Amino acid sequence: MPNIRDLVDYVENNDWAFAQGHRLCPGCNAPMVANWATLAAKSLGYEPVVGVATGCLEVSTSIFPYTSWNVPYIHNAFENVAATISGVESAYRSLRNRKKIDNDKIKFIAIGGDGGTYDIGLQSLSGAIERGHDFVYILYDNEGYMNTGNQRSGSTPPGADSTTEPLGKASSGKLQLKKSIVDIIAGHEGVYAATAVTSEPWDFMKKMQEALEFPGPAFIAVLAPCVRFWRIPDDSGVEVTKLAVETKYWPLWQYNMGVYKVTKKPKTFKPVKEYITKLGRYNKLMKRPDANEIIEELQNYVNAKWDRLLALEEITKDKPIRTKI
Amino acid sequence: MPVKLTVTGAHAVAHAMRQINPDVVAAYPITPQTPVVEYYANFVADGIVDTVLVPVESEHSAMSAVVGAAAAGARTMTATAANGLALMIEIVYIAASNRLPIIMPVVNRALSGPLNIHCDHSDAMLARDSGWIQFFTENHQEAYDFMIIATKLAEKENVLLPVMVNLDGFITSHGVESFEMLDDEVVKEFVGTWNPKYSLLDTQNPVTYGPVDLFDYYFEHHRQQEEGMKHAYEELPKVFEEFAEISGRKYDFLDLYKTDDADYIMVIMNSTASTAKYVVDELREEGKKVGLIKPQVFTPFPKKEFQKVLNGRKGVIVLDRAMSFGKEAPLYSLIKSSLYEVPSRPKLGSYIYGLGGRNTSPKMIRQAFEDAFNGNLLADEQRYLGLRE
Amino acid sequence: MSNLKGWKDIPIGGVIDKPATSRQYKTGEWRVSRPVVDREKCINCMQCWLYCPDMAIEGSIDGKKMKLGAFNMDYCKGCGVCAAVCPVNAIEMKPESEFLDE
Repeated sequence: MPNIRDLVDYVENNDWAFAQGHRLCPGCNAPMVANWATLAAKSLGYEPVVGVATGCLEVSTSIFPYTSWNVPYIHNAFENVAATISGVESAYRSLRNRKKIDNDKIKFIAIGGDGGTYDIGLQSLSGAIERGHDFVYILYDNEGYMNTGNQRSGSTPPGADSTTEPLGKASSGKLQLKKSIVDIIAGHEGVYAATAVTSEPWDFMKKMQEALEFPGPAFIAVLAPCVRFWRIPDDSGVEVTKLAVETKYWPLWQYNMGVYKVTKKPKTFKPVKEYITKLGRYNKLMKRPDANEIIEELQNYVNAKWDRLLALEEITKDKPIRTKI
Repeated sequence: MPVKLTVTGAHAVAHAMRQINPDVVAAYPITPQTPVVEYYANFVADGIVDTVLVPVESEHSAMSAVVGAAAAGARTMTATAANGLALMIEIVYIAASNRLPIIMPVVNRALSGPLNIHCDHSDAMLARDSGWIQFFTENHQEAYDFMIIATKLAEKENVLLPVMVNLDGFITSHGVESFEMLDDEVVKEFVGTWNPKYSLLDTQNPVTYGPVDLFDYYFEHHRQQEEGMKHAYEELPKVFEEFAEISGRKYDFLDLYKTDDADYIMVIMNSTASTAKYVVDELREEGKKVGLIKPQVFTPFPKKEFQKVLNGRKGVIVLDRAMSFGKEAPLYSLIKSSLYEVPSRPKLGSYIYGLGGRNTSPKMIRQAFEDAFNGNLLADEQRYLGLRE
Repeated sequence: MSNLKGWKDIPIGGVIDKPATSRQYKTGEWRVSRPVVDREKCINCMQCWLYCPDMAIEGSIDGKKMKLGAFNMDYCKGCGVCAAVCPVNAIEMKPESEFLDE
């Protein structure tokens, strides 16, 4: 993976792949993901073609006649970016096969929020992966339908306030834990899947490289805070994701054809309560009598998940379950 | 030399697809469209075509994938029926608004519920306002021919709209009939190649497909779509003419059967027109001046053509194989409103027939004509043929 | 935003036929505070350049060294991420009211 100097050099001589003038909130972490993903691809010598599902990133970067994309880009609908990109990728294969195109550097990147990935988009993502299309799917996970004002998703953590499952006099809101999306993707077996965070751009870009070069479907889930609805200061998204890693809330790990690997192993951990109380979206929860119970359940969960990941790493070391996609 | 094949309608459609040879086909099976995909998959598996066939996991993904493929500059097709069309309908509208020349045979089947796998036109009517061009075909020959005509029309630079080719479920798709298949080379030359204006794979000229329109541009983009439809209407006669040159078969917006001196005309789409033509012949033998119109083009709706041929008739009976609950039947209401200002308006009758695959016999069709002969046509009354009261 | 075009003057299909046209939209107008860099403290590590969600920071290679360039006020939204990630605290966010005459 090129280093910081390579990236600066690239942009100075070639231009950004993702441009200024988009209308994402000040401090939003989603454009960091879009920027690093496309820049990584370009600096590696690839020509990315990007598809984005309906959501914050799509709406704010492509309001007619303004587009922030300096690469080919398609938005289709909310639940089908994976299906759409699988069509673009199929067209590429067909046209290359028929010698109508001879560009061999094109790579396909589908980007979706947690709404378009965990919930409404899960089917088309699963289908595209099962069929083995050669593309990278990036999830920017802000844990809710944030573009439309914080409705809950399958990724919203327990105790976090949302408008469709709010905390109120009779309810503590969403109590279900998040779906483990990377495990779901790993269940497709013939994939490369990983987690990443916005506080570790180089880890993300390194995984991006592995994903781009993986000869089949690849998936990276990036925890990307929404500063608005996580109720945190504009400048603190990066600090928060760092804490997410340090509290085991969002471990950094990857899966490759059956082999699990934990890619960051902090020496000490902080309690998950430290992460929770940093986010304003938990303010309502913290005032409730069952707050500690919910936090304790979360702590037990992240502990168990961490131990499980370490165990999986050990059992599956050098033991892929597939050699072909 | 054209060859005569005696096969199912699905097979005829698959042959048309084979000869047109799209770059990408993404399809999901649904009765009674499944054999179309199966025949085509066999062509691919045997290397007869090198189309990339994407076996998607739902119809919604089928249409999504062909939108992506067409935006990447590929010639693309899919196929579906009934609930599959209903599932993909969100993207069907998007395919049209993106101005992508996707071709889709729709093997007409009743929309659920209750679940019914047999023929009616409710699925075609669901997509009525979607911005797709819609053809209706009576038999194997027309289904085959209109696939080729559709491709040529869709890819014209001033049209660039997707096209649905409707054929009756089971009756046409699974029934065996003879049709004449043109030479591979003839079809290949007729459809030519598509040179897309905007392609996602042209990385030197990056474009953005599918932006957000606020209130300041949505209206204008839609007006453009309407203009494309207008051009489709204008280009069709030329395409029909060119097709006649390679096939000897001259199509038009409306198939006019014995209408020249007809007092009473029946209007009906797709396969039941065959039965109706038989009844027309019988009645003609009995000295009755009757005729039949079988619309081949439903969208863009051939208003002028209907006005011209129906003006001055004594009675017009419209048979719809779909209902529009709480409103007048789709084909009927369009014809009725077309005739609003004609100098001499005929009496009108609306009949619903064949829903959910209900068989429509010559006797039932004759009944509609009898109503006309007896002056018993009420423009505001919806009647039913073959319904058990 | 004020030069609205008619339906005959825009590309068909909703396509935006040129890349990066959002550069015409100056998000700098959103700002209520702006970053001020102490160039003496700056070690040209380019962390701010990398993290800026709006790509509003310029950078260049001078010989072998990286050099922090200008902060583009046309696009800077004043989010403060640059100040937050700077490892040597060389960036301070100051209120826009101090720059009203610019």
